Amino acid sequence: MKDVAIIGIGMLKWGELWEKSIRDLCVEAALNCIEDAGVDHIDSMAIGSMSSGLFTGQEHLASMIPDYLGQRYLPAVRVESACASGGLAVRNAFLEVASGMSEIALAVGVEKMTDVNGGMATYALATAADQDFEAFHGVTFPGLYAMLARAHMQHYGTTREQLAQVAVKNHANGTRNPNAQFPFAVTREQVINSVLVADPLTLLDCSPITDGAAAVLLAPVEVAHRLGRHPLTVITGIGHATDSIALVDRPDMLHLGAVAHAAQRALAMAGKTIQDVDFAEVHDCFTIAEIMVMEAMGVVPPGQGGPATLDGMTALDGSFPINPSGGLKSKGHPVGATGVAQLCEAVMQLRGTAGERQINNARTALTQNMGGSGGSSVVHIVEVQ
Amino acid sequence: MQVPKFWREIPRYYRLEAGKCDQCGKITFPSRLVCPECGSREHSKVHLSGRGTLKTFTIIRIPPDGFGDQAPYAIGIVQMDEGVGVMAQITDCDVDALSIGDTMITKFRRVREEGKTGIIMYAYKFVPDVGV
Amino acid sequence: MVGIVGYGTQIPRYRIRVEEIAKVWGADAPSYKRGLGLNEKSVPAPDEDTATLSVNAARNALLRAGILPQELGAVYVGSESHPYAVKPTGTIVSEALGACPHVHTADLEFACKAGTEGLFITLHEVKSGVFPYALAVGADTSQGAPGDALEYSAAAGAAAFIVGTDRLIAELLHTDVFMTDTPDFWRREYTHYPEHGGRFTGAPAYFKHVSGAALGIMDKAGMKPQDFTYCIFHQPNGKFPVQAAKQLGFQEAQWLPGLLSPTLGNTYSGSSPMGLAATLDVAKPGDTILLVSYGSGAGSDAFIFRATERLTEVRGMAPLVRTQLDEHRVFIEYGTYAKFRRKILKAE
Repeated sequence: MKDVAIIGIGMLKWGELWEKSIRDLCVEAALNCIEDAGVDHIDSMAIGSMSSGLFTGQEHLASMIPDYLGQRYLPAVRVESACASGGLAVRNAFLEVASGMSEIALAVGVEKMTDVNGGMATYALATAADQDFEAFHGVTFPGLYAMLARAHMQHYGTTREQLAQVAVKNHANGTRNPNAQFPFAVTREQVINSVLVADPLTLLDCSPITDGAAAVLLAPVEVAHRLGRHPLTVITGIGHATDSIALVDRPDMLHLGAVAHAAQRALAMAGKTIQDVDFAEVHDCFTIAEIMVMEAMGVVPPGQGGPATLDGMTALDGSFPINPSGGLKSKGHPVGATGVAQLCEAVMQLRGTAGERQINNARTALTQNMGGSGGSSVVHIVEVQ
Repeated sequence: MQVPKFWREIPRYYRLEAGKCDQCGKITFPSRLVCPECGSREHSKVHLSGRGTLKTFTIIRIPPDGFGDQAPYAIGIVQMDEGVGVMAQITDCDVDALSIGDTMITKFRRVREEGKTGIIMYAYKFVPDVGV
Repeated sequence: MVGIVGYGTQIPRYRIRVEEIAKVWGADAPSYKRGLGLNEKSVPAPDEDTATLSVNAARNALLRAGILPQELGAVYVGSESHPYAVKPTGTIVSEALGACPHVHTADLEFACKAGTEGLFITLHEVKSGVFPYALAVGADTSQGAPGDALEYSAAAGAAAFIVGTDRLIAELLHTDVFMTDTPDFWRREYTHYPEHGGRFTGAPAYFKHVSGAALGIMDKAGMKPQDFTYCIFHQPNGKFPVQAAKQLGFQEAQWLPGLLSPTLGNTYSGSSPMGLAATLDVAKPGDTILLVSYGSGAGSDAFIFRATERLTEVRGMAPLVRTQLDEHRVFIEYGTYAKFRRKILKAE
């Protein structure tokens, strides 16, 4: 298996992009990425999108996107694992390169979410839950995470303030990210007092509905050298795991098993422990999610995610910064794009080009992308070499 | 057209039909071909009693399409007396008075409709056990 | 010997007071309460309908009957508010109980008499030996037109009875019927609310048929009003059944346990069956009970039952009518009522 480097990243400003279609978003991110890498060709493409069909009516992105990118006849796949579709697309591109099937592989993540109204978007997102035994009853994604939040608060004593602090911290980081959808600061009081979506979660506990895309280009390390990429950012670990789709089928629903397994696998592949990681981009689709992800990955023991967040451990200047980009909360959450964008942020930080939100001396990054209520997760370890 | 999708699950929705592993006794709802505990493929049909304990819950205030006129509504996870977890709406309750640990029973209720002219989908819902 | 093996009821949790309805329409609440003998009525939750009330009532009946659902040979649901215009309620009820597929099922409709129709059919069907056990349910979630006198009474509830020849809790002694074509109340196809003949619903309709059936069955049985421990007459309001009972020569103690309409309203097909259930909740072995239903259009079914020893053994296995009616009620205002009854609809 070849060592795989990220030789290019492509982002764009996310938000309610009324004038851009799903093909516009993909092509813009991909072109930014190809330009960043300075390559003259690509060999294959993986597109991550959770539900382009329900959000836009458009399936078969694997045909449309290469064509609009000027790459007709390119082998392309579209992968789906709910909100982990982006991370999975990167994994797919990684396998292409590592196996030698492709020399240069492009991974694009996309979601165009504002072509439907709120009720339809909520419905589309809920298709990531068990349709017959969860969504049938009218549960929503905020609802599933709200149930986790309530159970976490009851079991571990996690407080409303601790949950709110996740949003406060990520929005603070987001103010320094020019690509963020909501680059404004919020206070704990604002989070707690914003409108209830699914008790105890409020609007500001939830990541937004976002249009966006992101892209990364992968190539063998020797190609990256040849292209003169410096500093060299290498994917040294990939972990991917799944868990039951239904919350009720987990032996301990407060333990995100897919996240734990994915993180262990990625760290083992990289020969690292969680303590070796300098910062992480994690899947804070809801404030409680970031806390539970920290605990599942062993950043803190179970039940300590809330207190650690309130203590500043995960702030930009903390001992374990999480979501310097602003996270899904502030940067936005175009579901299929999120997992790819996490790697874009990791590379920017490792390159030292993250501007006002730059973490000093960052050499090892972890990205964690999650599908559904934790039914799937993809973790990447990226290092400067 | 959601008729076949709904109709197929009637034994589960109407009667809480579950599976019990013949090897290890694990109860699954819905039943599975492969036991998640021991991998056995031999299982029998059982019916859940409908009684259990509330493990967690929320109140859906921003509902998905199809539930607009029901919101706000409570939805929760109940650990059934048989040991298996079941998620459903909690109806006939004061949502502000719910707490984890409450005893729940199931009632047969309307869950959703396929529009104004389509089929009515019935299933189990939880209600706090107040003796009626 | 044929009779009732088990009974069960389901009353919704919600109530609306006469004053709350009267306030909206500028009506004089005290005169409505006096004139109709009504204080409040049950209101179904938005997720309740005739099918759900029937299933939940029938499950309680099965608990008291102590038989398996597969032993039911027939399931009849009487209602004038079946959830579908075309598609049976009985199949939903049979399937939910676990009585399918070897079960004869029919939906019945005869205004407020559909519940006792099922009881009449099952009693004679089981007596004839066609089935060992059969289920009859009377249930409704009826609606009165906004502002109409019926809006003060149209309520929701279900009463279910399992009929058999053994394990009896009440033995059937006699049945009788009294029926004519009398259009006192109707609802045409494709219309939401029923229309009625105002005062015509009284003497030529309710009173003529109820007393006709009561006198007929007493004559058949050779019994007089004082021979009964209890009596139940259909309860379209709180006034008619009392007036009918008095005219026939019954005393208050006989009708009081079964008189539910002052706080329940008129549950239509569930009305007199619910009164029977409430009477079984208090009856002692050997007590004799007269039940007379009434359905507009018009007709009455009459039954005489005698309670057995087993009644007291199974009574506690399911919730009592009075417990549901008096202890677990939540009063709602007219706006919520209008929403629950889909008189106002949220834009999608």
